[in-house]
Amino acid sequence: MVSFTVNGVSQDVDVPLGRRLSHVLREELNLRGTKVGCDSGDCGACTVLVDGDAICACLTPVAQVAGRAVETVEGLAKTGPTALQKAFLRHGATQCGICTPGMVMAAEALLRCNTKPDRAAVETALGGVLCRCTGYTKIIDAVLDAAGRGTGPEPSAGCAVGARVERLDGAAKVMGNEAFGADVVEKSALIIRAVRSPYAAASFAFGNLEQWAEARGVRVFTAKDIPGINCFGVIERFADQPALAETNARMAGEAVALVAGSEDVMAALSFEDFPVIWTVKDPHLSLKDAAASGAAVLHKSRGDNQLIAGVVKRGDVKVALAEAAHVVEGSLRTGHVEHAYIEPEAGLAWMEGDVLNIRACTQAPVLDRDSTAKVLGLPVERVRIRPAATGGGFGAKLDLSVQPLLGLVTLLTGQPSKMVFTRSESMVASTKRHPAQMHAQVGADVDGQLVGMVFDGDFDTGAYASWGPTVAVRVPVHASGPYVVPNYSAEARAIHTNGPVSGAFRGFGVPQAAALQEQLFDQLADQIGMDRLAFRQKNALRDGVTTVCGQALSGVGIGACLQALQSRWDAALISVAGFNASTEGKARGVGVASCWYGCGNTALPNPSTMRIGISAEGTICLHQGAMDIGQGANTVIAQLAADALGVPVHQIKLIDADTAVTPDCGKTSASRQTVVSGKAAVLAATALRAKILQMANMGSEAEISLSGGVLTLIEGVARRDISLRQLPQAAYGYVLWAEETYDPPTEVLDENGQGAPYAVYGYGAQLAEVEVDLALGTVKVLKVTAAHDLGKVINPLLAEGQIEGGIAQGLGMALMEEFHPGKTENLHDYLIPTIGDVPEVVSHLIEVPDPEGPMGAKGLGEHVLIPTAPAILNAIRHATGAVLTQLPARPDRVLAAIQAAMS
Amino acid sequence: MGIYHRPDKLKDALAVLASSGARPVAGCTDVFATTEAQELAGDVLDLTDIAELRGVSETAECWRIGATTTWREVRFADLPSAFDMLVEAAREVGGVQVQNTGTVAGNICNASPAADGMPPLLALDAQIELVSAHGVRQVPLAAYVTGPRQSIRHTDELVSAILVPKARAVGRSRFLKLGARKHLVISIAMVAVRLDVVAGQIREAAVAVGACGPVAQRATAVEKALVGADIEGADQLVRSVFLQEVLAPISDVRSDAGYRREAAVELVRRAVRQLAGEI
Repeated sequence: MVSFTVNGVSQDVDVPLGRRLSHVLREELNLRGTKVGCDSGDCGACTVLVDGDAICACLTPVAQVAGRAVETVEGLAKTGPTALQKAFLRHGATQCGICTPGMVMAAEALLRCNTKPDRAAVETALGGVLCRCTGYTKIIDAVLDAAGRGTGPEPSAGCAVGARVERLDGAAKVMGNEAFGADVVEKSALIIRAVRSPYAAASFAFGNLEQWAEARGVRVFTAKDIPGINCFGVIERFADQPALAETNARMAGEAVALVAGSEDVMAALSFEDFPVIWTVKDPHLSLKDAAASGAAVLHKSRGDNQLIAGVVKRGDVKVALAEAAHVVEGSLRTGHVEHAYIEPEAGLAWMEGDVLNIRACTQAPVLDRDSTAKVLGLPVERVRIRPAATGGGFGAKLDLSVQPLLGLVTLLTGQPSKMVFTRSESMVASTKRHPAQMHAQVGADVDGQLVGMVFDGDFDTGAYASWGPTVAVRVPVHASGPYVVPNYSAEARAIHTNGPVSGAFRGFGVPQAAALQEQLFDQLADQIGMDRLAFRQKNALRDGVTTVCGQALSGVGIGACLQALQSRWDAALISVAGFNASTEGKARGVGVASCWYGCGNTALPNPSTMRIGISAEGTICLHQGAMDIGQGANTVIAQLAADALGVPVHQIKLIDADTAVTPDCGKTSASRQTVVSGKAAVLAATALRAKILQMANMGSEAEISLSGGVLTLIEGVARRDISLRQLPQAAYGYVLWAEETYDPPTEVLDENGQGAPYAVYGYGAQLAEVEVDLALGTVKVLKVTAAHDLGKVINPLLAEGQIEGGIAQGLGMALMEEFHPGKTENLHDYLIPTIGDVPEVVSHLIEVPDPEGPMGAKGLGEHVLIPTAPAILNAIRHATGAVLTQLPARPDRVLAAIQAAMS
Repeated sequence: MGIYHRPDKLKDALAVLASSGARPVAGCTDVFATTEAQELAGDVLDLTDIAELRGVSETAECWRIGATTTWREVRFADLPSAFDMLVEAAREVGGVQVQNTGTVAGNICNASPAADGMPPLLALDAQIELVSAHGVRQVPLAAYVTGPRQSIRHTDELVSAILVPKARAVGRSRFLKLGARKHLVISIAMVAVRLDVVAGQIREAAVAVGACGPVAQRATAVEKALVGADIEGADQLVRSVFLQEVLAPISDVRSDAGYRREAAVELVRRAVRQLAGEI
């Protein structure tokens, strides 16, 4: 028995003394505001206060808090958010919210002994908590302004779009009430753990599973138990991944069996003697191994280990480059990049009648439903996905993780089941950014006009297809950057290896390609003798000019973005020159890079459907099925819907994603939710408004208001009141409702990649200022000035948060992130930026309206990451002459490149 | 399931050790980081309730850092400037959360090649005090850690304190840690340098390098070159060859070995230069 107080209340818990405090708080005391991200003290999500000091609850045996006072996030907010928590909301300091309780508690510890901390003090106090979404800037702002007052605007009808509205779903996140994948309990649930292959390539056979299971009081499930088709994939045509491998493991960490049992039994269970015999094979661990002639094939139908190649060709690039006045070429290699969301995959399954319910973190509820149903041999009506709050995704939570495994156990046992990945399991089993080996050549004429570009890239797609086809198709479309390239040839191949599955990660291969293309543009500008920004401006895409796919675009904002950087560019060049002239041992540099990115699926259908209804009681409900994984869809889409309907946004009640309740809004991927689901919301809200106006026989300018179950319409002197209770029930429990679907118009690409792959593009450019330590090769990014064209800024607060967060991830990709299977499956060997690594970010939000986007809006989520790495690389080269041919630019690689440049 | 002992008397702890193979633990920041289990396995001897093992104190001969003294306590202890390098290390170990519970002695006992406490304590000629039911013994820190995760501690002994002889707690010191990010980083290389300078001349020099071999090492050849020299320009005396014999770096996910060799030299030069600048 251990006695201590938690949030002022005495607790006596009867648990083993060496149990983690985090586990005791969550499982014994039901205080799930304390999050577990790593169980290693690497992420700080479990930060609580003990006698006022911040500690990691995951590293603290409960015995050590005996007689002491423990405080958790639940203890802060008695009646509502505290001033600190309000500051987090006001400043947009919470996105997915999984790190927020840890951040808030670390900040609370600081503020109790230092009521007016400076930025450095905040960084030190929060340095032990990782955030993967925000880029930290807004968190720092919030803590510095913890004593401040006020809340974000609550705009009146018609004024939501453009307002810095606080996240509509934010209060639960800052107060620790948000329920993520691991946060909903069902005490009777079977706990599931997976048996995973320790080898990258091996065949296997099981021994006596029944005997092993019986002796331990557990159940074991293998591929043989799967009632449906043991093969899933995010793109049906390429589906190739078993939920449980059958006889052959193609990657380390592949699940081959499940063990399910009661919590106590599972906690003590050892897997060391699990009856499986492995026959180890030689794995292909690199693109070179996989492409070697005679290499063993991973999938029979893909004879040369090539999953797919994507091609875009336009003009005659051979002639263009042969005749070009200036040509540069270069190569770049990038490694696996881990998404490193702070929430490991987790979920719960249970039966309701004959319907299997799964509550897990996800970016794609309907895809989860359809794939899980297929694996389990169920009609889709018998699977209901009720997504948990999702603690970051960035692309990897598009693929199935726990869903089919939970579903299998619950379906076959009839019992609820729960599965929570450990940090290392999450890193082993989840998808990665594709490693790339790329080569490109770019040419320009004497005046600095681009004449042609060749791009060729191999992308390591790992053991299964996942999003490999998307990467292979997207990269050639985007590898030109947002520039006019009349002669162009680009090919990207997705190649199978026995490495981790490479899937979707913010940008689908485009960040890798841009990192090469933008470096070459700098070299080309230098060779021509042009200013690097001027070179980009000269070649920037413009309205009406065709892209490399032959698509003529409208609302092209890249020129405006580059223009917005001009004054900082001029100033930074001067200040850098001054610094370098007066400083030894360090050099500063300035780099710029651009991005463009098509929103939504590439030349494929991509619809979203939104429903909005008004109940007889007068509640306006938006069925918002577009998963908000922190990026802000819940708020942004509500803002669009509110203005389209003509009511205040805070009057709209959100109905969260649930495949039984919300129509299909597709996946939270490809920067499509604002554009596609947002437009569906605008259409649905507009349709509802039209119904109301028609009912009242009012013109389109009428003002609508809703109060006390009465809709009031006013147009000039005319006024109509509609008592909602007197209207007949229509459908879905509403008296008035509308549902609309939007599918962005695209055209299929021909064999040369010519067509209209996307209906809407977004644009951006970033300017990085760095300082390089010439003797150690370390790089400090001092400042990033970012200009992004959003078409129409729906919510500036959230848009800045996307930019700052994308820059932090881009910085990580540029300087420190490199996943090595078997070596970096934790958050201390795999490094993501901490609060001390992010630069000052200045955002310019540009509005060049898109004719297709909702109210002119464009996507932003992935765009923001693309220019960061190349801008940093270009700044390093500007400072030192060093050309990096491999990412990340670790200190040893930078130093070697500096030395190579000097010799 | 093992037994979790948490005595409040040292003699009781020693009795536990004498009669069982219990694993001594303090802040648990390292032991929990190496398991996915929700509780510590096996017999555990938790030392954190033993008052006599906690805190920094001073005797006639030495400074004493009790076994359960946390990094935070070291950071705020009233120590002479020879300890600056240890205090600087204390600021860079993990985040605030780990500094609040992790102990200096635990950092040494965990015997990681990248233990932040090793270079500063080596450069202070620290001694490790080991107690058992049979008595007390002291061994030099340099002899205590014998390899990655290895020490000469007997299973019935525990580290009761780290002792720094006052005769060595002289001069000023500097700790430099090189990693690929700001916080929560395992070093690519790190150095601790202590210089006792009298009238512009280096009277005593202690230089230690970590994360560049299985165990952190003193660089005696560098020290020899520094002793007797003018502090002004002393960084020029730090020659690569003096360091290379004590370095045995590996290539890993953080860096290649060759870079570690170069970086260690540069860090020592910097530390010397920075100390020269302060004097």
